Amino acid sequence: MSLGLFYALVGGGLFALGLAGLILQPRLLGKILAFNILGSGAFLVLVGLAQRGGTPDPVPQAMVLTGIVVAVAATALALALTRRLADLSGAAVLPEDDARAPANPRGPDGD
Amino acid sequence: MAIESVAPLPWLVLLPLAWATLSFLLGPSRGAGIAIVGLLLQAGLVLLLAWQLTTMGTQHHAVGGWGAPLGIDLVADGLSVVMLLMTAAVALPVAIYARAWFVAKPAGAAWFWPLSGFLVAALNGLFLSADLFNIYVTLELLGLAAVGLTAATGERRAVAAAMRYLLATLLGSGAYLMGVALVYGTYGSVSLAVLGGLVESLPVVMLAAGLMVAGMLLKTALFPLHFWLPPAHGGAATPVSALLSALVIKASFYLALRLWFGVFEPLAAVSAAQVLGALGAAAVFWGSVQALLQARLKMLVAYSTVAQVGYLFLVFPLATGTPAEAAAGAWQGGVLQAVAHALAKAAMFAAAGAMILGAGSDRIDRLGGVGARLPLALFAFGLAGIVLMGLPPTGGFATKWLLLMAALETGQWWWAAVLVGGGLLAAAYVFRVLLAAFAPVPEQGRVTGVARSLEWTAFALATAGVLLGLFAAHVVTLLDVGA
Amino acid sequence: MILDSLLPPLVVLSSFLPGLVIFFLDESRVRLRTTLNLVGAVTKLLLIAYMLWGVFHQQDFVFRHTVLPGFDLVLNADALAMLFVTLSAVLWFFTTLYAIGYLEGAPHRSRFFGFFSLCVTATVGVAMAGNLFTFFIFYELLTLATYPLVVHRGTPEALRAGQRYLAYTLGGGAILLVGIIWLYTLAGSVDFVHGGSLAALGSAHAAELRWIFLLLIAGVGVKAALVPLHGWLPQAMVAPAPVSALLHAVAVVKAGAFGIVRVVYEVYGVTFAQVLGVLTPLSWVASATILWGSLRALAQDDLKRRLAYSTVSQVSYIVLGVTLFGPVGTVGGVVHLVHQGIMKITLFFCAGNYAETLGIHRVSQMDGVGRRMPWTTAAFTLAAFGMIGLPPLAGFVSKWYLGLGALEAGMDWVIGVLMLSSLLNAAYFLPIVYRAWFKPQAGEWPHEHILARGRRETGWLLLLPPVFTAAAALAVGLFAAMPFSPLDWVQLIAEREYAP
Repeated sequence: MSLGLFYALVGGGLFALGLAGLILQPRLLGKILAFNILGSGAFLVLVGLAQRGGTPDPVPQAMVLTGIVVAVAATALALALTRRLADLSGAAVLPEDDARAPANPRGPDGD
Repeated sequence: MAIESVAPLPWLVLLPLAWATLSFLLGPSRGAGIAIVGLLLQAGLVLLLAWQLTTMGTQHHAVGGWGAPLGIDLVADGLSVVMLLMTAAVALPVAIYARAWFVAKPAGAAWFWPLSGFLVAALNGLFLSADLFNIYVTLELLGLAAVGLTAATGERRAVAAAMRYLLATLLGSGAYLMGVALVYGTYGSVSLAVLGGLVESLPVVMLAAGLMVAGMLLKTALFPLHFWLPPAHGGAATPVSALLSALVIKASFYLALRLWFGVFEPLAAVSAAQVLGALGAAAVFWGSVQALLQARLKMLVAYSTVAQVGYLFLVFPLATGTPAEAAAGAWQGGVLQAVAHALAKAAMFAAAGAMILGAGSDRIDRLGGVGARLPLALFAFGLAGIVLMGLPPTGGFATKWLLLMAALETGQWWWAAVLVGGGLLAAAYVFRVLLAAFAPVPEQGRVTGVARSLEWTAFALATAGVLLGLFAAHVVTLLDVGA
Repeated sequence: MILDSLLPPLVVLSSFLPGLVIFFLDESRVRLRTTLNLVGAVTKLLLIAYMLWGVFHQQDFVFRHTVLPGFDLVLNADALAMLFVTLSAVLWFFTTLYAIGYLEGAPHRSRFFGFFSLCVTATVGVAMAGNLFTFFIFYELLTLATYPLVVHRGTPEALRAGQRYLAYTLGGGAILLVGIIWLYTLAGSVDFVHGGSLAALGSAHAAELRWIFLLLIAGVGVKAALVPLHGWLPQAMVAPAPVSALLHAVAVVKAGAFGIVRVVYEVYGVTFAQVLGVLTPLSWVASATILWGSLRALAQDDLKRRLAYSTVSQVSYIVLGVTLFGPVGTVGGVVHLVHQGIMKITLFFCAGNYAETLGIHRVSQMDGVGRRMPWTTAAFTLAAFGMIGLPPLAGFVSKWYLGLGALEAGMDWVIGVLMLSSLLNAAYFLPIVYRAWFKPQAGEWPHEHILARGRRETGWLLLLPPVFTAAAALAVGLFAAMPFSPLDWVQLIAEREYAP
């Protein structure tokens, strides 16, 4: 097994781990970390699979760099929202009640 | 300079970025004007592009003169241009609407103009991108802008909805990125044009296609992956709801369509297409029934989006492995549905927003008297509802006609039943609102007037949704360019 | 000539554009609104008069606009279309006058007249539709435009009736749509042509074509109020009188009946329909509707509801005529489209006058009303006699041709249906006439809104329309043999239909 393929397999594992975390982690911080692991897995597959010829391919490197920038931006937004949510509701978790947005006939007037 | 030599493609991405930045620097009051001017220019550019397309065929542009694989290629074919037209046609009235809206309700105004500029830039970029990775970048930019807009009011419900939305959209694009990595690892290219000739059914490519399509289903909120949509679309500021429901989910649908009937066509299996159709059918019924049960107007409209997304996915069983003529009709019907729903849903949210402002409550049972005080908004809501029901002569009817033809031509009558039944369910929830608004006023003068532009923009959008039905042939002609 | 092809859309637009403007008019702009209404109505009449002359001289007025590749919006002013267009435009003119008087001072008049104009737009569209695709577009538009008129008063009763109305008509529309598209997938394009176009498909598709026929007839049968699809019509009587008069006596139910005429004659072709064996079951349904409607009418005390059940019954004469194979039956059915419209609108105008002037809503309140409102009651009596089929009124002409047509088609039992139905007509109309003229007034009128001034029993805008239409009901019967009478025109249509 080539080193590249090994990286790719590890990347696949990280992706799966991140996916599981994103779904199962109850705390938002945990979900955000899980997303980062998921993203890293994808990057690893991108770089790893592309190295079959022995010489590194510059294109995926450029892609991963771009991807990292995107992931950082997404993480920053996620953290900002988490803080705001924690400030408003006192806990860094998603509230259960409005997930299904129940048809509560006695709900308060919104706008 | 001759008009033929103007290249609108890069400007369609740069222009919204420019006004987004400017409006961020200048603040919301002047930002609104800048945005509206920018969107007017954009509408002109898209019309120019559409004209170039009909006279000269598919348009290409290599950004910075580099070209693939290192540079970025922009390509506009019929499908792209129809999507760009849809974006311009929705974004401009919504901006005019938003300008008046944020005067009445200033929460989130400062964020709205820059973020909606990024949103429009990302949409245009996505529709013009010719490679899988550039699509990923625009998809992420789109998702982040949309999440930011959702949270813009800063209220607890909105922030929670935005967070849920963010996680869903990140998961969707993560799956997509994984698919891109697998495709690049297999074929060494991300160019749609190059991949088109290469793709064959290898397990790894199947996995990649599965991940990418699944990611798009999550982002388009196809049942049962719709959990994030109603709180986000129902909880955001109304102009934001309009943009999200009308445009943002269409981007991921566009991508699913592009991939399924483009690069991944050799892999497209009839069984998988039937599954997508079944999910679509479930979405139509689930979304409609939920819409019927909602107590709040904006949640009703949001669940209507869940239902309408279902129709979009009927394209897959109707156009996969079916005779060419029926498949072409279904495909055109699917794209028309995306456009018709964009116009109608933007109109519906806009009208709903005006009605809620006037009634001072977003509860449906408190809408009494709106019909007398805000007839234009209610009329716009009704017109938009007629588009969603698929009644003639609207864009929704053209859609339903094409899809029904394809369903009966290919003997798949069960999809015909979904189309017809879904239309009746839509009628049930739309008329529920109209009935409530027609109800006599309990207290005199409870409903107040709203800014005229709030009502007129809703009406204009709804009228566009109706006229789309009468001129659907033009859209179909445009769609055929480069298809 | 390019102008000729633009005339059909102009006829459609002549009510659509005023309607659109009226919708956005401020409530208080009474004069402008009235002007717009009348200018639209008169323009339409003039355009139609020109086209009638042209159609008589075999001139074609066809407009085409491609909506989807392969699907055109076609407006074709053929002889049959002109019959219905003329009927709706003339009656629209009278009803507009009537509505202006009737709604004087009522709220939401801009909304009312806006949708009212849209209804007429849809009706002339239904009339001139050149294929099933176009027919469906206007047919559904009619549903949508009439709904706000049914719920116009906003009372819980009106809202409930509106819901029922929608449930029936939208459901019918959905069935119709499936039938139409199924037919398109079989036959390619389905234009309305004389003698029908489906015979070419032959007997290979006979079973499918029978199913499609069922879907199409069920779809249009909802609006035509065929039993058992008639449940919406009596409920919809909560609408204001002009709406009941024009829409539920003429536009909506006629759109359904007209659809049946088009499907049988110009889609299937009456000969092919006979071969398929679908006409006889339809004639049973029509006969059942005729008798059931009359029986139910007998039991109603509410005047408008009695008239509504009478409509259910009378509209099916048209359907019955269509099923009688042969030109004479065709003449009887199609001419009743016009005759029933004129007579029934008169009755509804009169019912509206009683309600608006004296607050009379029930038959049992009508004792002695003939002396208080002689003109209205005279018009009512004339129209009621016409409905029963007394010569020389319009209804007699229809029934005469229907009877002859039944004999020609070898369906003698239809004569029995006609006779029984005429007896029932007499049984529910004559007591009203008797009460009005011969019984003494029993106490105060329920609610006398409009006091008699000298010899004028009510507002003149309320009085003139029924008097004119009642006179017309007499005239089309008396002068049935004259050129350009409805009968003459229908005979022209029948000749063209059965021409080899």
